[in-house]
Amino acid sequence: MLKCATQSLSIKKGSGYVVELKAKTPFEGTLPLTIGQAKLTELDVGHLTSLSPLGDEKAMATALEKAHGMALPKPNRSTGKEGARCIWFGRGEALLMGPAPDASLYKHGAVVDISDAWSVALLEGPAADDVLARLVPADLRDSQFKRGHSIRTQVFHMAASITRLGPEKFMILVFRSMAGTLVHDLKAAMAAVASRG
Amino acid sequence: MRIECPICGSRDRREFYYQGAAVALDRPAPDAGEAAWDSYVHLRENPAGETRDLWHHEGGCGSWLVVTRDTVTHAVHKVELASDVKGAMS
Amino acid sequence: MRIDGKGLIDRSKPLSFSFDGKSYRGFAGDTVASALLANEVKLMGRSFKYHRPRGALTAGSEEPNALITVGKGAQQDPNVRATVQELYEGLVTRSQNAWPSLDFDVMAVNDLAAPFLGAGFYYKTFMWPKKFWEAVYEPIIRNAAGLGALGGATNEDDYERAYAYCDLLVIGAGPTGLMAALTAARSGADVILADEDAVMGGRLNAETGKIGHQSGAAWAAEVLAELGAMDNVRLMTRTTVTGAYDGGMYGALERVNHHTGKRGGGAPMETFWRISTKQAILAAGAIERPVAFRNNDRPGIMTASAVRSYLNRWGVSPGKSVTVFGNNDDAHRTALDLSAAGVRVAALIDSRHDAAIEGADFPVYTGAEVCNTGGRKELESITIRTTSGEQSIQTDCLAMSGGWNPTVHLTCHMNGRPTWRPDIQAFVPTEGMIPDMTVAGACNGTFSTHGCLQDGAEAAKTALAALGKKPADVALPEAEDAPYTLSPLWAVAGKGRAWLDFQNDVSVKDVKQAATENFRSVEHMKRYTTQGMATDQGKNSNVGALAVLADATGRGIPETGTTTFRPPYSPVAIAAMGAGAQGKGFAPQRMTTSHKASLRMNAPMIEAGLWYRPSYFPKSGETNWRQSCDREVGYVRNAVGVCDVSTLGKIDIQGPDAAALLDFCYTNMFSTLKEGRVRYGLMLREDGYVLDDGTCARLGENHYVMTTTTAAAGLVMRHLDFVTQCLHPEWQVSFTSVTEQWAQFAVAGPKSRELLNRLLETEIDNESWPFMACGPAKISGVDGRLFRISFSGEHAYEVAVPARYGAALFDLLVERANQMGGGAYGMEALNVLRIEKGFLTHAEIEGRATAFDIGMQGMMSQKKDFIGKTMAARPGLVDEDRPQLVGLKPVGAVKKLTAGAQLYPQGADAVANNLEGHISSVGFSPDVGTFIGMGFLKRGRDRMGEVIRMVDHVRGLETDVEVCNTVFVDQEGERVRG
Repeated sequence: MLKCATQSLSIKKGSGYVVELKAKTPFEGTLPLTIGQAKLTELDVGHLTSLSPLGDEKAMATALEKAHGMALPKPNRSTGKEGARCIWFGRGEALLMGPAPDASLYKHGAVVDISDAWSVALLEGPAADDVLARLVPADLRDSQFKRGHSIRTQVFHMAASITRLGPEKFMILVFRSMAGTLVHDLKAAMAAVASRG
Repeated sequence: MRIECPICGSRDRREFYYQGAAVALDRPAPDAGEAAWDSYVHLRENPAGETRDLWHHEGGCGSWLVVTRDTVTHAVHKVELASDVKGAMS
Repeated sequence: MRIDGKGLIDRSKPLSFSFDGKSYRGFAGDTVASALLANEVKLMGRSFKYHRPRGALTAGSEEPNALITVGKGAQQDPNVRATVQELYEGLVTRSQNAWPSLDFDVMAVNDLAAPFLGAGFYYKTFMWPKKFWEAVYEPIIRNAAGLGALGGATNEDDYERAYAYCDLLVIGAGPTGLMAALTAARSGADVILADEDAVMGGRLNAETGKIGHQSGAAWAAEVLAELGAMDNVRLMTRTTVTGAYDGGMYGALERVNHHTGKRGGGAPMETFWRISTKQAILAAGAIERPVAFRNNDRPGIMTASAVRSYLNRWGVSPGKSVTVFGNNDDAHRTALDLSAAGVRVAALIDSRHDAAIEGADFPVYTGAEVCNTGGRKELESITIRTTSGEQSIQTDCLAMSGGWNPTVHLTCHMNGRPTWRPDIQAFVPTEGMIPDMTVAGACNGTFSTHGCLQDGAEAAKTALAALGKKPADVALPEAEDAPYTLSPLWAVAGKGRAWLDFQNDVSVKDVKQAATENFRSVEHMKRYTTQGMATDQGKNSNVGALAVLADATGRGIPETGTTTFRPPYSPVAIAAMGAGAQGKGFAPQRMTTSHKASLRMNAPMIEAGLWYRPSYFPKSGETNWRQSCDREVGYVRNAVGVCDVSTLGKIDIQGPDAAALLDFCYTNMFSTLKEGRVRYGLMLREDGYVLDDGTCARLGENHYVMTTTTAAAGLVMRHLDFVTQCLHPEWQVSFTSVTEQWAQFAVAGPKSRELLNRLLETEIDNESWPFMACGPAKISGVDGRLFRISFSGEHAYEVAVPARYGAALFDLLVERANQMGGGAYGMEALNVLRIEKGFLTHAEIEGRATAFDIGMQGMMSQKKDFIGKTMAARPGLVDEDRPQLVGLKPVGAVKKLTAGAQLYPQGADAVANNLEGHISSVGFSPDVGTFIGMGFLKRGRDRMGEVIRMVDHVRGLETDVEVCNTVFVDQEGERVRG
């Protein structure tokens, strides 16, 4: 898998000097964070590719299945598994997480690289659901929001995508520029939940 | 208040952006004349009772919705995808 | 006085606390009120208007009198009900609304002046002379107003908000609520049981009656233990459901740390819950109402049920010799319980002639009324009137009961009105006022314990049926089923002041006066007398007051009606409702990838929408921002400047109908744009006014990247959603926000190409990359995009790389620019550069400007339909008299322009009638050597060279300005093509 945290590129040019552009991750320097029974970490999930089928949705679904071995997720669901996952990402849109998109996908709709547009965090621990209940207006009870369910909603004031990866594990995406605010908001909620002991 | 998004399910009202009357779906032809355009852009009913609004599920899936609701009881009777409603109009 | 062997307090845990500087002892489980009463302190507060001495009237959240201040300084919390505040070690409390002390209050002189301060006093007195209002009356009123006060410093306590979901919300955990929750929980429903008290059980904790073989409190504890062990149940103690809202939403306030003294570290004082439920059961119980009689407000006089609560729950007798006065059988229990506990009962007075009481070992007076009381700061005696005349009884506590009012409040929050039930002389909820809510138990007028348990079980079955769940079989335990009988008694006849609203000092006389002065509507009476406008919102007094009003106006109580019940049920701190939204929580902070570099370079950051952008980058030796700004403008005009422009909205648009969408949204054509080229576009709203502007690049046949202004990015995204879903759902087109994918930097100035060519894998020149060209480009080994566009009028580019490389590329570009005599520039310089060229921002296209106004009528294509086309052609939107965009420069003595200043013709007064326009943007142009600006001026395009007046009424600035072309620098536009 692509490790964007450590990746850097260097080139040689005709004039002979080396220029390096060092990559930074959205949460660089702010995570991980553990307060009480909740832990927040940055996830490096590889490529993020927006898939929006145009015309026949089935064609995109078939191509995805063939190239990456997973179905195109229905609304509020995800497919695949760790390392190669596809989550529903809004009206007519899915997010391929992990592999670089296969060339065959481009024939069936818009395929847009948004690897750097989102910050991806993992909130886990026995207090994770209580922490999210402080910030997310949607119903995340485990009876309603099961493993593999994936919704678009809000984290306090921010547009977000939330996927349940396990009984006490949630993957949260917000825009890259708001990574700091996500940490701020979650940190406050984690502290408040932890204070109840 | 909650709105049952046909795609996302029942959601808190804060995920939605309110636009106004669903009249906006019925855009007149460029040559429809002054009265039609005036009506489309400016004139709105203010019913005590059933009304049809456009809401945008901005904090969710991004769908525009036609919400049929009662301004007196605040009951929401029906929520449809605006694209379906528009599709059925033509 | 503490009674041995009674109460649910923990006597193994003594606690010390203070009230008005004096230290007292209590026990875990006490409230401040119960502990003070145990210490024989009855005087707990002063009333609002007359500063009369008052003690606790109740034992619950409806308390109107015993309001105290908890804590000190920034954290002090005023108007806390002593009957709700739980004791903790070291708790510091103070009385309010008294000076210099609770015991001796100077303002009590108001009480002597009472004949002049009756209902409507303020309305009648503070009318004239008019100029006295601000100078005299308002300061006096403000000084006298309010009860407790805040500390004056910012409170750093944490508050919290949260969401909860369930199948069934049970409001109130008395016998009804417990039975309902138990039935529903055993049937598998997801249940939330919320109760405002610290201990669930409601009246069961305050009564001596049994449920089955055990005490009510023990039965409640058993049920709670079972519920607490179930995964599908959430018990929320200290949680008041404050409001019922649309769609099964309820607001609830949880008091998290008011009872612990724990502060800081993120521990919230309160949590405001938004609970979404499919079904609700209201089991809020009932509130006992006082009786109005002369001097019925002395400390030591309280409701009969409150006396019972203090005795049975807290093991405290509020008096040593107690009298009981009521109009119903329920009040008898107070006398019997006290007597059984060994407290002297001086008398039981029942207003009913036919009242019967069994087992009384104390004097009983039937057909009698209390008509006056004595004692200064505490009750010492009462006067009773019987058929044989008046007599005095020595007593230090009077327990009174005028009957019970079902707690109907929540059922009226969606505009419903309650129904009068003559048999219980009370309002009960009207059925169906809140969708999906079932009302049960005492709040529905069922007062026996058996009736409540049965009601609770039935309500649960109703809710379960609606949820599609089969009810489990839950056996109903045995409990008392005494009938509730009473005869109406609202106010005892006689002279003197008989109080209705204790906190606001509204008497029977005041209500009658309101009726006499024709404030006959209950809503008018309320506002005229302030009845029910105190923190208890009339919970104790409204029904009594409207009974008096009904009597005074000759109408019945149902015809008189109630005032409107609105949320919240009991007070909610604003801090709880707005929790989390102060400071950094107010709005998300959006940071560009160059943010840290900007901070490192000491740039003051300004907010642009949610984004933070650098104003300018100060260099050592510069003493004001203008020097920095001028220098940065010089970079771009003379060498090369670098600016982070990532905040502009970027939308990737793809599909066979992408061109159709753009042609429909922009006024000009994009289907004709060549691949690899960029075009400036203008968007209108459907009403013909400008929505936004920006460039749009064509990357492939069916692939465009649109840019929006920073401010309108979200707006445009929503607009595109609207067009493709609501107007043209048949179009095959999709769009994705890529604003955050790309870190994008403007590289502008005569040396921009030279700088870029040192970093680009493939060098560019004017042939391969002319003005308005775009395409993929590899920069420093990273796949990016290069656009030759300019917002400064100079030869310029914007280079975009994936955001992870943004910080590194910004540093590199700035370093290289520095080496070439240039450097980073911020928003101030960017603004000057664009004003010098007449380029627009939302200071110009602010929602009122048309394409005609900004001189872009030529960009409105005649060949196609587009959003706003028809309405933009309205005569009023293309009227030559409209304010038109012009350039402006100062030519008067004052060489300054200010944004927002107004424009008037030369020689005309600066008044509204002569107004001809305003200035929208200004900046100091180093090139021109003065301030320059843009503005809107009536018929402006025809007035080039004319000198007009600029007047800034706000800043007190005036000068002459010359109307000129909006382009101040390089009018031929040669440089961008160089």
